[in-house]
Amino acid sequence: MAIKEYFVIPRTYRLWSLGLMGVGVISLIIGYILYGHGEHHGARFWASLLQNSVYFLLICNAAMFFICATTLAMAGFLMTFRRVISAISVAVIPLGIIAAIVLLALVFVDPHIYHWLHPDGDKILEGKAAFLNKGFYVTWTILTIGLWIILGRKMRQLSYELDNNPLPSAEAGRKYIFKNTVWAALFIVWFALTVMSVTPWLWVMSIDAHWYSTMFSWYNFASTFVAGLSLIALFVIYLKNQGYLEYTNEEHLHDIGKFMFAFSIFWTYLWFSQYMLIWYANIPEETVYFRPRVTSKNYSGPYTGIFWFMFIINFLAPFLILMRRGSKRNYTTMTFIAIVIIFGHWLDYYQEVFASVFPEHVELNLFDFGVAAGFVGLIMYSVGNALAKYPLVEKNHPFIKESIIHHT
Amino acid sequence: MALKKFVVGCFTEEQTLFDAVKKVRKAGYKLHDVYTPFPIHGLDKAMGLRDTSIHTAGFLYGLFGTTTALSFMTWAFTKDWPLNVGGKPHFALPAWIPIMFEFTVLCACVGMVLTFCYLCQLAPFVRKHHFHPRATDDLFVMVIELTPKSNESEISNFLSNAGATEINVQQAETGWWLGRYDKEKRLYRDEEAVSA
Repeated sequence: MAIKEYFVIPRTYRLWSLGLMGVGVISLIIGYILYGHGEHHGARFWASLLQNSVYFLLICNAAMFFICATTLAMAGFLMTFRRVISAISVAVIPLGIIAAIVLLALVFVDPHIYHWLHPDGDKILEGKAAFLNKGFYVTWTILTIGLWIILGRKMRQLSYELDNNPLPSAEAGRKYIFKNTVWAALFIVWFALTVMSVTPWLWVMSIDAHWYSTMFSWYNFASTFVAGLSLIALFVIYLKNQGYLEYTNEEHLHDIGKFMFAFSIFWTYLWFSQYMLIWYANIPEETVYFRPRVTSKNYSGPYTGIFWFMFIINFLAPFLILMRRGSKRNYTTMTFIAIVIIFGHWLDYYQEVFASVFPEHVELNLFDFGVAAGFVGLIMYSVGNALAKYPLVEKNHPFIKESIIHHT
Repeated sequence: MALKKFVVGCFTEEQTLFDAVKKVRKAGYKLHDVYTPFPIHGLDKAMGLRDTSIHTAGFLYGLFGTTTALSFMTWAFTKDWPLNVGGKPHFALPAWIPIMFEFTVLCACVGMVLTFCYLCQLAPFVRKHHFHPRATDDLFVMVIELTPKSNESEISNFLSNAGATEINVQQAETGWWLGRYDKEKRLYRDEEAVSA
């Protein structure tokens, strides 16, 4: 079968990505003029940047996690479309740089988002100073993003280097797989130390400096991983629609759908566990987190609508829609549910950041959507470029045949 | 249940079996079933079997479990015996969700296992006819039902052309009957077998 090896970026795709980035830049400028100064020291502006840059960085980085986890599991089913996933992980480079700038600005410009910057005699914050301090925050942020970029690049290089020199023997193939496993394991270890533990505590949870939840990072991981899988599904479906990825079919889509279904439930499990333990123990210093988020008998939290809406579209919608076998194999349903999931977890991040920065009132307007549009445009732009640069199918990978004949 | 006549063809290779299944369906013979020692990917599609609806059954059992758990706890804790537990409301939904979840899983699992056994007619003291003992060991056994329109020798020839290594004709009970495999040793009705 003759296949289209290289992705040629269509004009409309290019225009859309540039247009969305333009919307993002304009929103940033207007947002800076409207919210950059004044009563909250520009917290409104910086909180939106924090939410969007961290969220979109983490969902692109989830793509590299997916590659490494499947490498360690010796999974072969994704080989026909693995280049799409690695192209998504290329977006970690521009998004990582932007996120690093935003996160460092939050510490050095200090728009009053992180209260732990000024303990001012607060006993609890002084007790946490060993973890919540400028030096550690800056070092860990730079290490996190830097190592994601370096290790991710190494994983992609390993895949690209096979394109022009096929493996000479089965022995060389085994060595190649082993080399992949080692680098993937390194990435996973670093991923565990960052997304699965320390990094979301530092970047997002420390907005509520007095409050803590040990499962917070897991919750963030689940949130961004399921959104990252949806992003992969969207790009695979887009390329299929454009007539690329001839070897990928609904059998592969079915597997992505199963992952989306499973990790939506996993996210709900963590969401609920965090909520229920706090509800049960009923300790004031823990329940304060849900005060703006959930309406109770004595207080109506302003974010309660967003909180429950986000729960419905992140749990009930994927759960009920993706349950049937037919809907996981249907391109239209999968596109719909992938967009719903990405938007739902964006809202999840919105309430995580904003309900802590502004617990008194909700302000969700065009500025937030404009910034999000800018990041979407940037992802489209860098993923499109990365897709066009290398062949779409890893034709020399030892597992490629397994993936071509894959069926569930 | 009824006694019916079958032509049984045994294959040693998976690939020949696949081709034979396709040929048999194309020729329009009535395929009774195919018995294999292990599950074969794609054979169900080649045989033209419809998707199982056991998932739907599982969903309904799950739904039953959720509603039962929720309604029982609601009745017990708000109507029948309201207790003050740590100052929580009587209708303490978050505390019940783990129980609802577990009961959903229990109902769905047990229900699906029982449904599966029912559909496969598996139960203690239930006996079914085995067309070939080696179907559980190393042979792929294809069984074609004889209809008034088809005749034995034609199908036997057809099967041997399709690559069957052993062909015989059996008259067998299609349903199940009460009995035990360890008491009735004879799994294979030699007296009815006619060599092709």
